[in-house]
Amino acid sequence: MPDQVLFAMEVTLNGLMAGVLYALVALGFVLIFKASGIFNFAQGVMALFAAMTLVGIMEGQVPFSHLINATFGTDIHHFGWQVPALLAIVLTTGVMVVLAWCVQRFVMGHLVNQEPIILFMATIGLAYFLEGVSDLMWGSEIRTLDVGLPQGINETIDAFTYDLFGYGFFIDNLDIVASVIAALLVAGLVVFAQYTKQGRAMRAVADDHQAALSVGISLNFIWVLVWSIAGFVALVAGIMWGTKSGVQFSLSLIALKALPVLMLGGFTSIPGAIVGGLIIGVGEKLFEFLLGGLMGGATENWFAYVLALLFLLVRPQGLFGEKIIERV
Amino acid sequence: MLDASEGFTTEDGRRIGGVVMEMKNITLRFGGVVAIQNISFDIREGEIRAIIGPNGAGKSSMLNVISGFYVPQEGEVWFEGRQRPKVKPYEVARQGIARTFQNIALFEGMSVLDNVMTGRLTHMKTGILSQSFWLGRAEAEETANREVAERIIDFLEIQHIRKTPVSRLPYGLKKRVELARALAAEPRLLLLDEPMAGMNVEEKEDMSRFILDVNDEFGTTIALIEHDMGVVMDLSDRVVVMDYGRKIGDGTPDEVRNNQDVIDAYLGVAHD
Repeated sequence: MPDQVLFAMEVTLNGLMAGVLYALVALGFVLIFKASGIFNFAQGVMALFAAMTLVGIMEGQVPFSHLINATFGTDIHHFGWQVPALLAIVLTTGVMVVLAWCVQRFVMGHLVNQEPIILFMATIGLAYFLEGVSDLMWGSEIRTLDVGLPQGINETIDAFTYDLFGYGFFIDNLDIVASVIAALLVAGLVVFAQYTKQGRAMRAVADDHQAALSVGISLNFIWVLVWSIAGFVALVAGIMWGTKSGVQFSLSLIALKALPVLMLGGFTSIPGAIVGGLIIGVGEKLFEFLLGGLMGGATENWFAYVLALLFLLVRPQGLFGEKIIERV
Repeated sequence: MLDASEGFTTEDGRRIGGVVMEMKNITLRFGGVVAIQNISFDIREGEIRAIIGPNGAGKSSMLNVISGFYVPQEGEVWFEGRQRPKVKPYEVARQGIARTFQNIALFEGMSVLDNVMTGRLTHMKTGILSQSFWLGRAEAEETANREVAERIIDFLEIQHIRKTPVSRLPYGLKKRVELARALAAEPRLLLLDEPMAGMNVEEKEDMSRFILDVNDEFGTTIALIEHDMGVVMDLSDRVVVMDYGRKIGDGTPDEVRNNQDVIDAYLGVAHD
């Protein structure tokens, strides 16, 4: 096979893996948007906050230590213990649930029945607030995150493809693990929504608030649940991206990449988020590979947005979104 | 008049029991508009109780007060011998009061069976963890509740559309699915908001039959709103008549039919 085709295959594979991570972030948006009509601008910052909290807990860091030291003149930074990764993830999940409850209790609970734009503005405020809290709690330095996920080139695939084509594909172990975990998470969520009592209630709330109330569903509980799940998804995304490129502020910007994914897949569709993520992931990698040279490179920065724009012109509801039909 | 505590037996031999729900001096205002003015009435166990009146009389508002969607400014709501504090609509549903809506509120994206299953939510007690991991209890619970849902579906003769998404159904069937969802909750009080609205004669007859069958078969207490006098008179045991937010009549269909105020309200005598 010609080298160009092999390169293209390798790029496509890498694109698929990146796409899974985009899908993961987009999924967090879809969950909240479906159940409450809120476009959660803070989803990216939630991923940052979750990753920071995870690192902080693992390293036994004292939360708000700068604040405490400045106020009381003490000099504490660490508890002096290390928390194993798995336990730390469970604890961080707990923190995300508490966060979900707080968001519902102190912010969204007061804005029920408001215009979507107002809810959206509230989540922008929430994003900045959470960013500040994250800094205040855990500091603003770039942190490395290592929960024990394998990293580096996958030797098996390298050797296998070398034998097959005479050219070894470079696939990162982390990308493979991330894809598998993301796929499991998505499958789990779909099963949860489809077959459990709470999942059924979640779908009911997403469909019709009034009807949901009439069968005894507490909207408040469902919203806390949905924000908790979105928090957990943010944590998983935070772990993947944090392991890959360090836990730092730019982590919160991955949320921006989720926007074109959502425009492609539709804001209300879980399969849409996945397919949209994959298309964007593969599309931007292939585009860079094929045409990047002609355009001076760095096309990955804008390709997704241009694709989304084109999509908006042709099919504004996205691939899987609900079609908006206005009866006259 | 009726005895307050004992109940009575209807002409067709059904036993009507004691008071299940009592509304005492309910007043509901929206800003300066008085939707309900100082209305009292009761609903007895096992009866079909209708609230009728011309458009804008405050019937739907009354139903929304009973189901907790509106909170009245004055008055007391008594349910099963206890005064009900201020509650949210979902708490009312959990106490065993199910309802349907005038402009059908179904979960359009879900199948008929799923819609009916949401009616069982108040009966499902397992927590989120055992549900998530599908532990034995969760599975047993699902099976048991599924059986109840299927029985209701059979009863209302909608087996053939069990798996159909609700959004594809015609209006008349949607109304029936909504009734099925409310019934699935095995409610102690069933509220029907204009169950016959927008239906043709045949569909109305079907719905009337189902309402009577439900009452007969499950002994369900039913309160319904309707502005079609004819249907209501055949269906109900007792009738409350409302006009301009006030109660102008209360009694058996015959008593109400001969009430001069009611006749005036329906024939449109000038209010002075």
